[in-house]
Amino acid sequence: MTSLTAAFRCIVARDITLALRRRADVLTTLFFFVIVVSLFPLGVGPEMATLRIMAPGVVWVAALLASMLALERMFYGDYRDGTLEQMLLTPQPLPVLVLGKVFAHWLVSGLPLVLIAPLLGVQYDLPPEGLLILALSLLVGTPVLSLIGAIGAALTLGVRGGGVLVSLLVLPLYIPVLIFGAGAVDASMSGLGAQAHLSLLGAFLLGALILAPWAAAAALRISME
Amino acid sequence: MAKKINWFKYSSPQTFYPLAGKMIPWFAVAALLFTLPGLYFSFFVAPPDYQQGEAYRIMFIHVPAAWMSMFIYMVMAGYAGMGLVLNSRLSSMMASALAPTGAMFTFLALWTGSLWGKPMWGAWWVWDARLTSELILLFLYIGFMSLYAAIDEPRRAARASAVLALVGVVNIPIIYFSVKWWNTLHQGSSITASKGPTMAASMFIAMMLMAMAFWMYTIAVALMRVRCEILERERHAEWVAEAMRGAK
Repeated sequence: MTSLTAAFRCIVARDITLALRRRADVLTTLFFFVIVVSLFPLGVGPEMATLRIMAPGVVWVAALLASMLALERMFYGDYRDGTLEQMLLTPQPLPVLVLGKVFAHWLVSGLPLVLIAPLLGVQYDLPPEGLLILALSLLVGTPVLSLIGAIGAALTLGVRGGGVLVSLLVLPLYIPVLIFGAGAVDASMSGLGAQAHLSLLGAFLLGALILAPWAAAAALRISME
Repeated sequence: MAKKINWFKYSSPQTFYPLAGKMIPWFAVAALLFTLPGLYFSFFVAPPDYQQGEAYRIMFIHVPAAWMSMFIYMVMAGYAGMGLVLNSRLSSMMASALAPTGAMFTFLALWTGSLWGKPMWGAWWVWDARLTSELILLFLYIGFMSLYAAIDEPRRAARASAVLALVGVVNIPIIYFSVKWWNTLHQGSSITASKGPTMAASMFIAMMLMAMAFWMYTIAVALMRVRCEILERERHAEWVAEAMRGAK
């Protein structure tokens, strides 16, 4: 048991250290998110009433795309320098290591989106409660995106055209998260309360936590054969 | 003493190839035999709907196609899982042979649904939960096929796309229960096991005939495709060379 948590902690610490050595990569995802969200008012016009309605969907779609673009970094570096092969050979179960990698990946690519989202929400004139629910739904939802994305990233490892392919594989599976994530903000703004949506997002998170590491581990083994 | 049956005789591509060749004409003829009375029933025997008039008749294509789109995915995922666990070559070939037919039926269900939706709802497309889930199903089929196509080595391609198919299975219950989960525009199912069909008997017969026709078509086409797949993947085997020599 201790060796499991030690392995988990070791992977998380290592991946975060590596990510912080290459801060530009982390910031690229974040700025992509900010830029995509900022493009919509330029495209549809600056009427605040329209923007307020669009805000949850726009922010969520941008978060979806940003976390998808960051997926490539999840396993590729380790795949290229042979670390991944060593991970497959360790006595610790691979799903635990995958979970560690996903968690670290979420900390550097998902959490910044959660933290900056309220600021972008202010640009869209969301009420304070909407901002809170937006951040909360992203906090519960973005880990699901990272977990599902890990499967896609593992499947497309070393495949030609992997970057485009991963979007084809992963985005359809993201859709339920998008529906309930954006739905939570909509529901709270229309006075219905976001609890049901957030509960479902939480259910997705638990389901993904249990199933996705195993699927991603299986996919990694197939990719490394 | 009873003769021992070898259950796995036809799980080898070499023995399955000629068997599939013999079965294709039977299923193709059966598909035709179900389609003709099915279309007759749908167009001439089934009465017009008291609400929807004649326009509802597209249902006889739409509903079986939607059934098949979901069912083929389950069968495909089942074969894919079998290929992953048992490492049998034929199962993963069946999975990749079923995918294009499944995608075709998904597209057909969406297309006929949009033709039906225009007179009924006044729009070609509405963002209803069930339509959206069916669209996701189409994306899943496309993802499965493109992942399979992107990996050159067939064994790795089969195993990787099998994992994807199994992950996608999560989507099937969402499609099925979406009508109950989100109470939206799409009408509820007219046939349930507990209450029996809530439609005229002739409508029910027409629908069942069409469903059977789609079944037979699917089997025939999947067998044809799996024969090609077998030849492609086993092209270095001795028996393929012999079979090809015999065919000439």
